Amino acid sequence: MSRSPKLIIAAVALAALAGSVAFAGGPGEKTESQAEAKPAQRFNIGRAPSADEIRGWDIDVRPDGQGLPVGKGTVAQGEKLFMDNCASCHGEFGEGAGRWPVLAGGKGSLTSDNPVKTVGSYWPYASTLFDYVRHAMPFGSPQSLKVDEYYALVAYVLYLNDVITDQNFELSNSNLATIKMPNEGGFIMDDRATSEKAFWQKEPCMKNCIAPVKITGRATAVDVTPEDKDGKPRGVE
Amino acid sequence: MSKDKSVSSLPRASRRGFLTAAGGLAATAIAAPARAGAGNPANQPPNVPEWTRTLGEGVAVRPYGKPSKFEKDVVRRDVEWLTASRESSVSFTPLHELEGIITPNGLCFERHHGGVADVDPADHRLMIHGLVERPLLLSLDELKRFPRVNRIHFMECAANSGMEWRGAQLNGCQFTHGMIHCVQYTGVSLRTLLEEAGVKSSGKWLLVEGADSAAMDRSLPTEKALDDCIIAYKMNGEALYPEQGYPMRLVVPGWQGNLWVKWLRRIEVGDQPWHTREETSKYTDLLPNGKARRFTWSMDAKSVITSPSPQAPIKHGKGFTIVSGLAWSGNGKVKRVDVSLDGGRSWWPARLDGPVLDKALTRFYYEFDWNGESLLLQSRVQDETGYVQPSKAELRKVRGYNSIYHNNGIQTWHVQANGEVENVEVA
Repeated sequence: MSRSPKLIIAAVALAALAGSVAFAGGPGEKTESQAEAKPAQRFNIGRAPSADEIRGWDIDVRPDGQGLPVGKGTVAQGEKLFMDNCASCHGEFGEGAGRWPVLAGGKGSLTSDNPVKTVGSYWPYASTLFDYVRHAMPFGSPQSLKVDEYYALVAYVLYLNDVITDQNFELSNSNLATIKMPNEGGFIMDDRATSEKAFWQKEPCMKNCIAPVKITGRATAVDVTPEDKDGKPRGVE
Repeated sequence: MSKDKSVSSLPRASRRGFLTAAGGLAATAIAAPARAGAGNPANQPPNVPEWTRTLGEGVAVRPYGKPSKFEKDVVRRDVEWLTASRESSVSFTPLHELEGIITPNGLCFERHHGGVADVDPADHRLMIHGLVERPLLLSLDELKRFPRVNRIHFMECAANSGMEWRGAQLNGCQFTHGMIHCVQYTGVSLRTLLEEAGVKSSGKWLLVEGADSAAMDRSLPTEKALDDCIIAYKMNGEALYPEQGYPMRLVVPGWQGNLWVKWLRRIEVGDQPWHTREETSKYTDLLPNGKARRFTWSMDAKSVITSPSPQAPIKHGKGFTIVSGLAWSGNGKVKRVDVSLDGGRSWWPARLDGPVLDKALTRFYYEFDWNGESLLLQSRVQDETGYVQPSKAELRKVRGYNSIYHNNGIQTWHVQANGEVENVEVA
């Protein structure tokens, strides 16, 4: 998508949306009026899915709670499930084993040299956690747990992050969307078209663009490039 | 520093020396110009080589062809320490070995979140539902009955060059820039399918979801979907490879690779974005003030010299030298590419060769007479919107060091007098 004025306007509309304002009108309107100008051809290929077929696959969840399945689970139930299904990779307290994702901690680290982006320090919505875990976890056997078990697991991960502080808390389809995440306000819409406006130029510089340069860093000094079996840097014949 | 010269005033480059060297000379031979006589003299003039004196293999010995055994090192590679498991990891395109703009199917970089789904096309279904007049369930055969489009587009991971934000780290173009490929897709315009389903006026967003073990889901604005997106089932003329989403994937031209959902099984139309894990926890760009940019979909203009580069040193010594590279922009066509030999102080126009297509890789060349002195090689692209690829310093001034994604800063290769090349940063 180019950065035409029309799309900058669209980006502004999206920014309003990202602020969780109810959405009326926006980026699609112009396109739709174009579509209306020329009636679309129908091909009558395929069939309508049944309600059952949709139900089996429609597992996404939005921040406003749309899509949440009926169910519930407590922190305590989640703790046991977490130890059995998750702790081997994520650690008992969400600290992460090896290079597996760290789930908890990292508060106040986002401006540091080593930002630790966890559910508590970074993720903007609790629904995101439910949506992701229900889609992809446990790693290797996704979509294998019951809905109530997913609620319990999400409750436990929120507990590890001090988003929920009561061990007896029961997370459910009726209260998940009310949970506020600490970093919800930590995101802005893509603003490259304005904040990086200086990168658009009429004519790129060709002569004496900068003072003479020196080498300030070398990959060979870092020495983390994988080697082929013969000990040579990978790919060098 | 050598001055730019027109190609016609220079002798034609001999490829033979390079090909001989590529046949398996040790790294220690890199500095020495390849001499006639290296290899097996019995197969060289005036002798008649063994492959001339004997019959070769017949047809269909390999019903599906593959490259010469002498090209065995032209492969995807990974960096083990990057990720915890190979199922959720990445392999890199060997850009330093490739030419033109089309990536061979078997060399396209891979990025999976739950391994390569092994999908039986007879059982695969694409579901379109939500805010539509007519929900749809389509098989692959049914998808193929819709009118077809053919488009060549690059696909770049938003994290390409992400390991280089804090400085030169990986010593090879394959690793610094290899999360990109460019193929010709055949498929159905997503607009065609959305019109068949009849998107309601409130349907401003799509959730696109894969059938793999990660069931990857992302939000896509309907405006982009109606503009130029494709549901592809062929790449470079043949069926998608499993690791590229067989039997069908989403193509989102110019936008970050994570949106190009593979093994696409479902499109739900809604009135708001979903804020899924891949567009909140990941693929958001952390700025120095602790705020993060989200929905940074488009890939900024970027270029890189693919040869010479650390994995493709200059083996012929001084003389006529070809600098070959790639440029691209997620915002349109490449307008021009310039090359610097002195780390960005002065620049010379490169020559674009081959097709210059919208949101596709573009090949450039800079040919010059190398005097054998060390060089600080760089390339810089300007796209048709006027955007000029920034230096890494310029980029860091705006975005800091914690962005991970969208590193399109100018790459520097240090060519040493012996022809070896290393990844460096300059200031």
